[in-house]
Amino acid sequence: MAHLLNTSFIPSSSSPTLRPRNPTILIQTRRAPTRIVAKIREIFMPALSSTMTEGKIVSWMKSEGDKLSKGESVVVVESDKADMDVETFYDGYLAAIMVEEGGVAPVGSAIALLAESEAEISDAKSKAASTSPSSSSSAAENVGPAVAAEVAVAVAPPQVKEAAATLSLSTHPASEGGKRVVASPYAKKLAKELKVELGRVVGSGPSGRVVAKDVEAAAAAEAAAAVSVGPTAAEAASAAAKSVGIELGTVVPFTTMQGAVSRNMVESLAVPTFRVGYTFTTDALDALYKKIKSKGVTMTALLAKATALALAKHPVVNSSCRDGKSFTYNSSINIAVAVAMDGGLITPVLQDADKVDIYSLSRKWKELVDKARAKQLLPQEYNTGTFTLSNLGMFGVDRFDAILPPGTGAIMAVGASQPTVVATKDGRIGMKNQMQVNVTADHRVIYGADLASFLQTLANIIEDPKDLTF
Amino acid sequence: MQSSLSLSLSPHTSLTIPRPNQSSFATSAKPINLRFCGLRREALGDFSPLLTRRVQFNSITARRSASDLVVSAALSGGNGSPTKSFDYDLLIIGAGVGGHGAALHAVEKGLKTGIIEGDVVGGTCVNRGCVPSKALLAVSGRMRELQSEHHLKALGLQVSAAGYDRQGVADHANNLASKIRNNLTNSMKAIGVDILTGVGTILGPQKVKVGSDKVVTAQNIIIATGSVPFVPKGIEVDGKTVITSDHALKLESVPDWIAIVGSGYIGLEFSDVYTALGSEVTFIEALDQLMPGFDPEIGKLAQRVLINPRKIDYHTGVFATKITPAKDGKPVIIELIDAKTKEPKDTLEVDAALIATGRAPFTQGLGLENVNVATQRGFVPVDERMRVIDANGNLVPHLFCIGDANGKMMLAHAASAQGISVVEQVTGRDHVLNHLSIPAACFTHPEISMVGLTEPQAREKAEKEGFEVSIAKTSFKANTKALAENEGEGLAKLIYRPDNGEILGVHIFGLHAADLIHEASNAIALGTRIQDIKLAVHAHPTLSEVLDELFKSAKVKAQVSSPVSEPVAV
Repeated sequence: MAHLLNTSFIPSSSSPTLRPRNPTILIQTRRAPTRIVAKIREIFMPALSSTMTEGKIVSWMKSEGDKLSKGESVVVVESDKADMDVETFYDGYLAAIMVEEGGVAPVGSAIALLAESEAEISDAKSKAASTSPSSSSSAAENVGPAVAAEVAVAVAPPQVKEAAATLSLSTHPASEGGKRVVASPYAKKLAKELKVELGRVVGSGPSGRVVAKDVEAAAAAEAAAAVSVGPTAAEAASAAAKSVGIELGTVVPFTTMQGAVSRNMVESLAVPTFRVGYTFTTDALDALYKKIKSKGVTMTALLAKATALALAKHPVVNSSCRDGKSFTYNSSINIAVAVAMDGGLITPVLQDADKVDIYSLSRKWKELVDKARAKQLLPQEYNTGTFTLSNLGMFGVDRFDAILPPGTGAIMAVGASQPTVVATKDGRIGMKNQMQVNVTADHRVIYGADLASFLQTLANIIEDPKDLTF
Repeated sequence: MQSSLSLSLSPHTSLTIPRPNQSSFATSAKPINLRFCGLRREALGDFSPLLTRRVQFNSITARRSASDLVVSAALSGGNGSPTKSFDYDLLIIGAGVGGHGAALHAVEKGLKTGIIEGDVVGGTCVNRGCVPSKALLAVSGRMRELQSEHHLKALGLQVSAAGYDRQGVADHANNLASKIRNNLTNSMKAIGVDILTGVGTILGPQKVKVGSDKVVTAQNIIIATGSVPFVPKGIEVDGKTVITSDHALKLESVPDWIAIVGSGYIGLEFSDVYTALGSEVTFIEALDQLMPGFDPEIGKLAQRVLINPRKIDYHTGVFATKITPAKDGKPVIIELIDAKTKEPKDTLEVDAALIATGRAPFTQGLGLENVNVATQRGFVPVDERMRVIDANGNLVPHLFCIGDANGKMMLAHAASAQGISVVEQVTGRDHVLNHLSIPAACFTHPEISMVGLTEPQAREKAEKEGFEVSIAKTSFKANTKALAENEGEGLAKLIYRPDNGEILGVHIFGLHAADLIHEASNAIALGTRIQDIKLAVHAHPTLSEVLDELFKSAKVKAQVSSPVSEPVAV
């Protein structure tokens, strides 16, 4: 009755589940790789228009393990023109989804595997794991916006592991002893997105209902629990760990990236380092930044540029000691900047930062960060640094101390620029924005006076930054 | 006022003088008298091959001016004068949009017209429906834009946090309703329609009681009493936490979490309003999918845009058997059962529930039993000419029923069209309304609109009647204006016959879809074929090019049927 009335303005459709005929979209089949002989078909990103080069997965209409029959819609793909349903041309089981919702894949690349029988699902899964395509899943990326960390390492992009979170939380009163969870629609959506188990979230809404902010708080609590790894990388992780649950009381092996970080850190102990600190007044730099921010210039690029210009005058600080017997004077000034990644960090490199103008440098930086998040950095884009910058200023850190990445001569740890009361030379008291930096260097090649004069040059550049824009 | 009107009509009066000449011209087909029609002969050029057509055109003009003459007579004499011994030529029960449309057309046709209203002029649409809801949707559309940081950023705009004042929004809706109500009342008063206040009850053939004692008679009677929100049994409406659209439009509160029972037009529009104002929404739909009644493809896309990314979840295939309003600190409790197995499925605890399960005809106490008419689920049975059918299956003379009360198509503009159709009939011109040419729209952001058949309906019909059906689609993503607005999400879909180019249905989801549909609905109403309309020109860049492209992408085998009109050189 109700639905009849609801639709009475229009003769009700014969069957609401009738699907319209979709434009013919082919799911191609390709011979399964040698080791697996079972009938496992790959579902490819179809070309939905002549101009389409890649497609975005809007949604999977089926989940892994679902049975599919010929002609059924499996996935919705967004092309440059429209969203379209992709149908399967074979019966079988959706064995493995290789590109998640929100992910982008080039036309013709595999986005899922179709197994002919249920028994082959596990084969297909292992195959999917070994041939995981490079895709930029926007959902998986929760990397902090800019930079962080005090070590710089050149490692392969990481594999992210996600584990269910266990936080000891009580069930809420309206849930009939945990059987039923009352959560608002948005809270449910968020929980799915942030991978928070609703049953473990304490609701703060009416009658103990779980609302969105409870889920957000739970996700943040999990992230905080994840960040218990000592002074190194702590802040960096908090930005990255939001999506990574940590199961307490378990031992989790390093990922490839984390293994590389570990090796490099141990190796750094063989280098005799020392540290020199300096305080810069950044009023002029801040003013400049404000002026050219609208042109896409970032603070990171400005700092890299200033450092590179100072290095140009102090080639020894840009040198390194490779064999313990000689100076290696690098021909170009390549500034590596540490970026926090989920599960690790990476150091994209701004090459020839002294020669490239600030606008190009900023564009280059944005490109590098995007590539880093998509895990598409090429080796020369992260392992050719001659001097490293690590900035924790955006977290409010005022000073810290960095470990020298092996193979380079120096690394500069940059703190926050903050208003400070200072006494000026004419005996007055004033307010200035000040920023502390701390350079760690290899004393085999770089001596105290070298660093001191380098920092003085850098201070001059930062306090009178007109040269930064040419 | 009236004198000035009759003055302005005087040219028509002079026009009627050469009428005998024209009709003689029509038969003799001599072009000499063309000037009498006020047409310049030069502009027509050499017309001999098209002579017959043009002659028809002229005679139509002549007929039109004759009817205009009747109007001027009617105006000078007020609201016509009743024939025979009746108080009115036409009496309409219910002054909603349907009754209003009928009354205006009746006066134009020279009928003495009365309209009975037991509540407020304007009916559901103006007071508790389309009109105030558009005010709320106008607010929600702007809120959505201002809240969509990523959308604004793409346009280069910066706006600090957008907020709203609930009472201000509610006042806007209320003010709009009273403004439109006054307009409607004045438009009828101005042409002399008698507005009779009181509940109308049919006493017998051609006789109606107004209020408690007044009895009026009329040559013809139109029932246009409309509908009220339908509330399934088991649901207790308290007007505060369990509400219908009547209450929701007053926007007395914006609950944190509201369940909307029914995902048709009303439910969808309210979900748009509530989510824009910060509520979270849970849909409860009895059918297996949301938005039944829409073309499946449009429904699917709409769900992807209007439901999935918003703070909305849903339960489909379930009935709400019991809804208890919030009291004693307890929330609103909704008990759900499986629509098929009838087994208890779930219990929801929410802050409010909106019952949007459709509308029930408002026909009780109308005295239909006095003319031996039995309603069907409250609806008044009518034939395709809106003539009321009695319990024995016979037509009741002089009694018509239009709008929601007959349930044919529960839309304000459909009621009005039906009313006009009835007036045409009672003034001597047979008329059957083509309901498939009546567009419908849902004013979400973006909007949904449609006319004619859905694809499954078209395919079913095609199977039965043995013709082929083709589909053409265009995307808003390819439209310059839509992209300039950064609103490329959308689809237009054309369902047509490739053999003769007949338009069977058009469905649009996208920016301003409700305004775009009329090109298609007019084409269906006038019988325009795709091969002809695809030659028409659209301004560039406009959203209407979505339809232009749609028509152009259709593959029709038939040739262009005739030159569109005589060529005019510029």
